[in-house]
Amino acid sequence: MGGLYALFATGLTLIFGVMRLVNIGHGDLIVLAAFLGLAVVEATGIDPFLSLIIVVPVMAALGYGLQRGLFNLTLGRDILPPLLVSFGLSIIIQNLLLEIFSADSRKLQVGALETASIRLADNLAIGVLPLIVFLCAIAVILGLQVVFYRTTLGRAFRATSDDQQTAQLMGIDNRHLYGLAMAIALGVVAIAGIFLGVRTNFDPSIGPARLIYAFEAVIIGGLGSLWGTLAGGVVLGVAQSIGAKLDPGWQLLAGHLAFLAVLLIRPRGLFPRAYD
Amino acid sequence: MSLLETRGLTGFYGDFQALFGIDAVVDAGETVAIIGANGAGKSTFLRAIVGQVAASREAVSFDGEPIGGLPAHHIVRRGIALVPEGRRLFPSLSVEENLRLGAYSARPGPWSLEKVYALFPALKARRNAPGTALSGGQQQMAAIGRALMANPRLLLCDEISLGLAPIVIRDIYAALPEIQREGVAVVIVEQDINQALSVAARVYCFQEGRVSLSGEPAQLSRDAIRKAYLGV
Ligand SMILES: Nc1ncnc2c1ncn2[C@@H]1O[C@H](COP(=O)(O)OP(=O)(O)OP(=O)(O)O)[C@@H](O)[C@H]1O
Ligand SMILES: [Mg+2]
Repeated sequence: MGGLYALFATGLTLIFGVMRLVNIGHGDLIVLAAFLGLAVVEATGIDPFLSLIIVVPVMAALGYGLQRGLFNLTLGRDILPPLLVSFGLSIIIQNLLLEIFSADSRKLQVGALETASIRLADNLAIGVLPLIVFLCAIAVILGLQVVFYRTTLGRAFRATSDDQQTAQLMGIDNRHLYGLAMAIALGVVAIAGIFLGVRTNFDPSIGPARLIYAFEAVIIGGLGSLWGTLAGGVVLGVAQSIGAKLDPGWQLLAGHLAFLAVLLIRPRGLFPRAYD
Repeated sequence: MSLLETRGLTGFYGDFQALFGIDAVVDAGETVAIIGANGAGKSTFLRAIVGQVAASREAVSFDGEPIGGLPAHHIVRRGIALVPEGRRLFPSLSVEENLRLGAYSARPGPWSLEKVYALFPALKARRNAPGTALSGGQQQMAAIGRALMANPRLLLCDEISLGLAPIVIRDIYAALPEIQREGVAVVIVEQDINQALSVAARVYCFQEGRVSLSGEPAQLSRDAIRKAYLGV
């Protein structure tokens, strides 16, 4: 699950890093992406992974629209308005999904791939699907790392995060830039949503719990660090599977305990950003 | 026609009025100094020109077009760059990345990384250091270089000598002729009167949000300046 949690958390890290926005609706957007994938699969009969070709751009466009039309209006000195607005967004998405898709539990089917595994040793095997998810999480984070540290857009993101006013003096339109950041974040959310739907059952109500996992992964990794987010996802995933081995009921508890343990030992996370 | 003209420019911070109708002109390629005591409104004046403080459209014209109150990112694209008070380098960007970001508006012109490094050789050696790891003088050079990367027609410099040692100030001012040679008009805001008067063709003295004196340095007596500066 580590890769999946890392993907959940990456979008959250991204928008917090660029605009100090905490998006309470993040988990529900992941579930929305899963349902979008389901709708595309049911309408066209294509493979869920192929549905990404449609779901990623749709979610990215939604992200840009949400940012320009909604979140940009709430940004300011006060952190409460964006929190409230994203909380409202969370509720709206849940109800819309409930209305359209009912409360039934759904899943995206990928056939034999779901149970395929690679034997590494006599009693050690690794599932192909988790492996794909994990590699994908690494690829996404590598890609974002390149965007952030090698491109003009990335420099503009970092500069705006440092000092929005001075960034505008450079010619950066921060509203447009925030729109782009949200578009990228929701593009990643789309990938996370499809993988979520392939790995587990989902229904309209599970968004907030995904948000919690994403939060924990972000905090464990250290706020604002992309590689830290990956590490946070892995720590959370490993803790949950160890917990589940001991007793199936302990799975979630073990994840939360790992989170608390990291907070106690390293309050700023495993890989805090060098400056604040 | 002058490059920049302000007419009755006012500036507010909430209910507090910091500028009470400033009339000023800067001609193409000219160097103008603005002097004045703490809180006289010099920085506010520059901020109103670049769109960081609200202004009415007609109060500022650049190249004959009204630009007052346009968003800051539009104004830099038209060719006005500000070196902000306190330098304001981006801490998570290296020196070179700070400079590159200065070119974000992609205006064509003579300035490039190489040219900025030639102007301020000290920056080249520290190009990969975080902007904030530099000495104060080097930070100021980076901030000026970053503004030049926008290939401005008008460069606004807010207290570029603040907090620097005299020898460092001399180094920075030594770069001015090279900048002027490219035809850039420069506005220098300084509290240090002598520094400002030595490089400027014209000077405005601000006092409590108004222009209290203006003219060519040679024609202004020290006494008149002192009076306009301090208001006594
Ligand atoms: N952000 C702000 N909010 C409220 N008032 C401000 C703000 N910035 C400046 N002022 C006030 O506006 C007036 C003009 O300030 P301004 O910074 O323009 O002066 P200045 O001439 O640049 O002074 P200094 O030499 O200290 O930089 C001052 O009375 C100052 O207290
Ligand atoms: Mg000032």
